[in-house]
Amino acid sequence: MDTPAAPLLQLTDVKAHFPVSRGFVFRKEVGTVKAVDGVSLTLGRGEVLGLVGESGCGKSTLARTIMQLVPATAGTVVLAGRNLATADRAELRRARRTMQMVFQDPFASLNPRLPVGDAIAEPLLVHGLATRAQAPGRVTELMERVGLAAALRHKYPHEFSGGQRQRVAIARALALNPQVLIADEPVSALDVSIQAQILNLLARLVREAQLSLLFIAHDLSVVKHLSDRVAVMYLGRIVELGPATEVIEHPRHPYTQALVSAIPIPDPALAATRPRLLLPGDPPSPRDPPAGCAFHPRCQYATAACRATVPPLERLADGHEAACIRIGEIRVGG
Amino acid sequence: MPLLEVSDLRTHFHTRGGVVRAVDGVSFSVGQGETLGIVGESGSGKSVTCLSLMGLVPQPPGVVVAERAVFDGTDLLRSPPATVRALRGKRIAMIFQDPMTSLNPYLRVGEQLIEPLLIHEKISRRDALARGRTLLEEVGIADAARRLSSYPHEFSGGMRQRVMIAMALITRPDLLIADEPTTALDVTVQAQILDLLRRFQRERGMAVIFITHDLGVVAGLCDRVQVMYAGRIVESADTRTLFREPRHPYTRALQRSIPALQAKGVELATIPGMPPDLAHLPSGCAFAPRCEFATERCRIGEAPNLKETNPNHLTACLRVQAGEI
Repeated sequence: MDTPAAPLLQLTDVKAHFPVSRGFVFRKEVGTVKAVDGVSLTLGRGEVLGLVGESGCGKSTLARTIMQLVPATAGTVVLAGRNLATADRAELRRARRTMQMVFQDPFASLNPRLPVGDAIAEPLLVHGLATRAQAPGRVTELMERVGLAAALRHKYPHEFSGGQRQRVAIARALALNPQVLIADEPVSALDVSIQAQILNLLARLVREAQLSLLFIAHDLSVVKHLSDRVAVMYLGRIVELGPATEVIEHPRHPYTQALVSAIPIPDPALAATRPRLLLPGDPPSPRDPPAGCAFHPRCQYATAACRATVPPLERLADGHEAACIRIGEIRVGG
Repeated sequence: MPLLEVSDLRTHFHTRGGVVRAVDGVSFSVGQGETLGIVGESGSGKSVTCLSLMGLVPQPPGVVVAERAVFDGTDLLRSPPATVRALRGKRIAMIFQDPMTSLNPYLRVGEQLIEPLLIHEKISRRDALARGRTLLEEVGIADAARRLSSYPHEFSGGMRQRVMIAMALITRPDLLIADEPTTALDVTVQAQILDLLRRFQRERGMAVIFITHDLGVVAGLCDRVQVMYAGRIVESADTRTLFREPRHPYTRALQRSIPALQAKGVELATIPGMPPDLAHLPSGCAFAPRCEFATERCRIGEAPNLKETNPNHLTACLRVQAGEI
């Protein structure tokens, strides 16, 4: 899914490290949490990139770093040719117009005291894209676009269901006509039948508006349904990257293989026959990551060499990129 | 004779906003060593059903009534409290979604682990701790002897859920009720816990009621499944049948809305609207307002009862029962 032109969003070796300090009076730094530790990714125009990983792998921090809500410790985030790290305030403001974010919990991200119509109009007014007189018309348009009746504009967030609130959050993100939408676990808090409605909505928006979507989730089946490409993250680094169907049907990295085999399949016949790869232990803490490949303590293929070097992400013959030094010796599974 | 037999269980909550019918006429049974899945979305009554049977629904505001709720000869709702207490935590155990809130943060894990044993059996602390250690090892906790004196916050989420499982299993219950035990866990850890439950169920011949919103989890674990909607069971069948030939329109729609079963780019089936307000249920079938097959008949009178529509396959839908869909 390579775009011939320069990608809309390009991350190069992005790092987000946080100091860990201890003590109240005599504070001192005792370590660093490497939440994001050298991530390079691209997002093309109209492309959907799925980013998967378990809790604590740094996927949400990466999203916040891209949005410049968390400063990158190193590396660059380039949006439509503009390096956001060196951008001044006015440039950053323009960049934020191009790039919007939807969060997991729409209840926490919407102001409970603001009628939803006002919440959707707010970004328009802040960025001077509509006058007070024009705003209601735009709000109607946006609400209809996300499948909400415009008559609901005077209601407050608590009067909505989870799915409807997520629609409001999406409408609000779309108000500025962004080119990039970053959705951080937008359906994880929703019931299955409602989840499907939101996934359909996102797919439609991408199609209609040529929107680029960075879709963050822990559920691979949801990601597969929506994404062109998938990036798998483990402890701050990308361990596998490739076309969505490819990565999920023929995962190469041992972690991706285990992740895929852990998805509960809603088909009893298949669930009974497919091989199960059980990983030992829990994901390690990013505060105290294992040396070398962060996955080695849970990896059945790990050797002494894995404990010594951090494997780089390398392109394989089948178009995947994987960060594993033993990849050539590992059976293609999935 | 089934291990647990429930008929016409109703749990209503009397609130200022009206009577909330959380569970409204549920009948089912669980056989010895059987794994029953109860599936439903939030508010369908799947958890309240089990909490009611365990006597964990506060009354008031709750009112729990049933024609029968018999566990191995003892009626759980009509027997004296002491009789029920002797069963609960010994022969019937329960694990919950969030192991952090169900463990006491101030008590060492070992103390909590052996508490059910000390209450229900004549056993010395030393023997109880020895059994606790063996069980911790069995649920996959390394260095169990030392871990007995750790506090819950020193464990990860997955490890805490293992402790909860050990605690539930220490009295060798005949029935384990697991209420969304893996929902808060990461996928790879969920796989470990499901594998553990599957192994214990098989080795000990224990019956399990597994409550979940995830049809995928049910598929890999349960012998039989019942689907709940708005406080009632709408469909019940053995797992393979339910997945291969779902009959009730709700089950069918639910299955078609799972992304894993649909090809990429295909529009996912959705169920229009939202689940009903349990304090103001519509007349007739509660699913009718969202159902593509509903007719006038579905919207009047009482909610349809579960009836056998195929051998061992029950569906609560008038149109399925009439052979129309």
